[in-house]
Amino acid sequence: MGIVNEARDLIKKNIREYGMYIALVVIMLTFSMATDGLFMSSRNISNLINQTGYIAVLAVGMTLIIVIRHIDLSVGYIAGFLGAIAAILLTKYAMPVWITIAVVLVLGASIGIIIGFLVTKMSIPSFVVTLAGMQVFRGALLRVTSSTGTIIVPNADFNAIGNGYIPKLFSINGVHGLTLVLGAAAIVLYILAEFNNRNNKLKYGFEVLSNVMFTVKLLFVSLVIGYITWILAGYNGFSWTVVVVIIVVLVYNFITEKTVLGRHIYAIGGNPDAAKLSGINVNRVSMIVFSSMSMLAALSGILYTARLQSATTTAGLAFELDAIAAAYVGGASAAGGAGKVTGSIIGAFVMASLTNGMNLMGVDISYQYIIRGAVLVAAVIFDVKTRNKKA
Amino acid sequence: MAMKEYILKMNNITKVFPGVKALDNVNFQVENGEIHCLVGENGAGKSTLMKVLSGVYPFGEYSGDIILDGSVRKFAGISDSEKAGIAIIYQELALVPEMTVYENIYLGHEIKKGRLIDWNETILQAGEALKKVRLNNLNPATKVKDLGVGKRQLVEIAKALSKNVKLLILDEPTAALNEDDSENLLELLRELKEHGVTSIMISHKIKEVIEIADNVTVLRDGRTVASMSARDGGILEGNIIKHMVGREIENIYPKRNVQKYEEKTLEVNNWNACDSKTGREILKDMSFFVKKGEIVGIAGLMGAGRTELAHSIFGNPDEYKISGDLYVMGQKKHFRGPHEAIKAGVAYVTEDRKGNGLILISDIKTNITIANLKALAKQGIVNENEEVKTANYYKGSLDIKAPSIEQKLENLSGGNQQKVSLGKWLYVKPKVLILDEPTRGIDVGAKYEIYTLMNRLVEDGMSIIMISSELPEIMGMSDRIYVVSDGRITGELPAEGATQEKIMEMATN
Repeated sequence: MGIVNEARDLIKKNIREYGMYIALVVIMLTFSMATDGLFMSSRNISNLINQTGYIAVLAVGMTLIIVIRHIDLSVGYIAGFLGAIAAILLTKYAMPVWITIAVVLVLGASIGIIIGFLVTKMSIPSFVVTLAGMQVFRGALLRVTSSTGTIIVPNADFNAIGNGYIPKLFSINGVHGLTLVLGAAAIVLYILAEFNNRNNKLKYGFEVLSNVMFTVKLLFVSLVIGYITWILAGYNGFSWTVVVVIIVVLVYNFITEKTVLGRHIYAIGGNPDAAKLSGINVNRVSMIVFSSMSMLAALSGILYTARLQSATTTAGLAFELDAIAAAYVGGASAAGGAGKVTGSIIGAFVMASLTNGMNLMGVDISYQYIIRGAVLVAAVIFDVKTRNKKA
Repeated sequence: MAMKEYILKMNNITKVFPGVKALDNVNFQVENGEIHCLVGENGAGKSTLMKVLSGVYPFGEYSGDIILDGSVRKFAGISDSEKAGIAIIYQELALVPEMTVYENIYLGHEIKKGRLIDWNETILQAGEALKKVRLNNLNPATKVKDLGVGKRQLVEIAKALSKNVKLLILDEPTAALNEDDSENLLELLRELKEHGVTSIMISHKIKEVIEIADNVTVLRDGRTVASMSARDGGILEGNIIKHMVGREIENIYPKRNVQKYEEKTLEVNNWNACDSKTGREILKDMSFFVKKGEIVGIAGLMGAGRTELAHSIFGNPDEYKISGDLYVMGQKKHFRGPHEAIKAGVAYVTEDRKGNGLILISDIKTNITIANLKALAKQGIVNENEEVKTANYYKGSLDIKAPSIEQKLENLSGGNQQKVSLGKWLYVKPKVLILDEPTRGIDVGAKYEIYTLMNRLVEDGMSIIMISSELPEIMGMSDRIYVVSDGRITGELPAEGATQEKIMEMATN
């Protein structure tokens, strides 16, 4: 009996979060059935993830922007522009890959500082600043590509970021060896972290999940990690894009959940006046958030250029809208103060799965847009309804 | 003696809010063509009474009769009372800053030619309306945002006059005005009186009441306690104040062991502040101090500048232009933000819990630790278990009633929210604690707990500066009292020997 009540309590408390995962699973199962398993095939899932990478990293940054009650419309063309800069540095200046990446990321962060300065110190609404930024970087992208048109990037190392996979090392019946090892390592690390956390809580005498529930949780999450690993290992294994996205998510999740900076970000979103009177330097934190957003836009540009193996004159078109949609579907609140990085990632995959699944089913593009729009509204309605319910 | 002619009679008006009787059988009568002043402490029921009259609280939500021009009226809303010739002008002016003066004056009752607005006629009429309020030289095409507060008020009166108002209600019209503008406004009211307009003025400034009123009604705790008339010379300062205060001081203030320290923990000298946008003077030449182990009360009426004083000391988040000296623990300080004030040992519990005090969508734990996360963090990483322990400690020691520290604040009562707010600021371990209206909107039980806590804190050597509008609270809890009026400190009193009358006299100075 106890275990049922505990499970019900857990679901009730986290309905918003679990709702996202359930939605993703439902969407995946539905498409899987509609396409005779084609959707869940190793090859398709691997593709799906690689296609979503450059939006997923933007969605992570956008979450924080939305949490502090702002918006950033410029990220799409910043990604496009900086992707082109990366291509130019690699081709025209023959810069090494690592230095190129570092330079582009720093450029991104600097652009973000300028945006942050205009928003905080000059008190210009972020909508206006970034709308202007969108125009500026669209122009800048056309400028740097005007003489060459599309810039082909012949550098195989760089292109691997968007297309390549981690080395196999060994294989078991044709299954990707290193991927399996990493998947297993992730499960072990996860279990160790959970045990460590639980022991710490016990040491403080705090309430923890019951033994049964704890085991169920460990098993469930391990199975999910194992399953995804297994699917990916069946094709080419983890792609470098997956590795980049996972690192970004882990870092940002850690910052938002565990650090003082993260708490300050949510406090500003929850009540900026109270945050100010609590001694939080609202302008500084906001600048950091804008700077991190543009840096992730630079990363998105790198992923996109590498994936296409070229920088095009229209790169970045509507990236920002996909990222904003992903954040809202993932539970970010327009009123500010609420929204998780992991939620936005799931949101990005929900939207990408819809596109991918409908493409496989041959749904006309016109219907695809309408359905995506409807899902966005439905997700926000669900969000508002579950949030308003008093605990 | 001729029969007095009443334009308005409000008979036996009672208005109940959940848990509070805001008006209790109030009788209020206004003669035709007079200037009638309505006075009383904050919370006495003046504004509520005027809201009943103007239909903000429609017929059915109160009991009693409103008799205007001899007939009973049942207003269903503001538009009804406006039609009947009543106009109310609030402290927060209801003009649209981005619109011109003439657009504002006729907003909502536009002059039309057919279905379209007749702008030429509007401008012409607006000019006439402005003349009636002594703004002959004002171009009606000026945008309201370019006018000072004084002129805005006159424009609002012009707007009321353009609707053929018979009864003009002004809610503390001179509170935000300088002396010249105030004098001008009073002069205008007299002029309007000669033209047959009856005015009701709510005011905290006793001197101006004496200067202008034909009749005065005093409200206290939702009741009419006195009426005075200039005709028989009954409007006297002492008389008004006596009736305004006169509240029983209940014995709900716990005693404490007073220890005498000489050390001044916070001191302010010749403190001036003005709004950096409008240039308005907010604080004028204020000097005061608080000693270790002492509770200093800052009394005064709403709008006197007490919260602004607290903000200006606490790192000046509103970015006033400040001059003067601030000493904390004997050291001269110039805080560049609340974070520096906190670091120096000053904490400020705001008056507006919901607005700028707490994060209501977050839980108890987050709110308690937010101002001092550094104490819980190593290299910027928060120790969450220590955080839970800390939050639980304050939940226990302050007796915050909630199922757990994970409870969202929006689900807590006002008293418990206030305790969270106190917990948050106690956790920064302050030496000087500034409490702004610490017991506003909370029940008697929680009040008592907060008073007990304050005693415990000063017995442990903390200094408390308590800002409060409630005289009994100020007198019951403070060791010394400063009275603030109109951005100045108008008096200092020791707790013993202070009377409500004395304080009120200084507060209305």
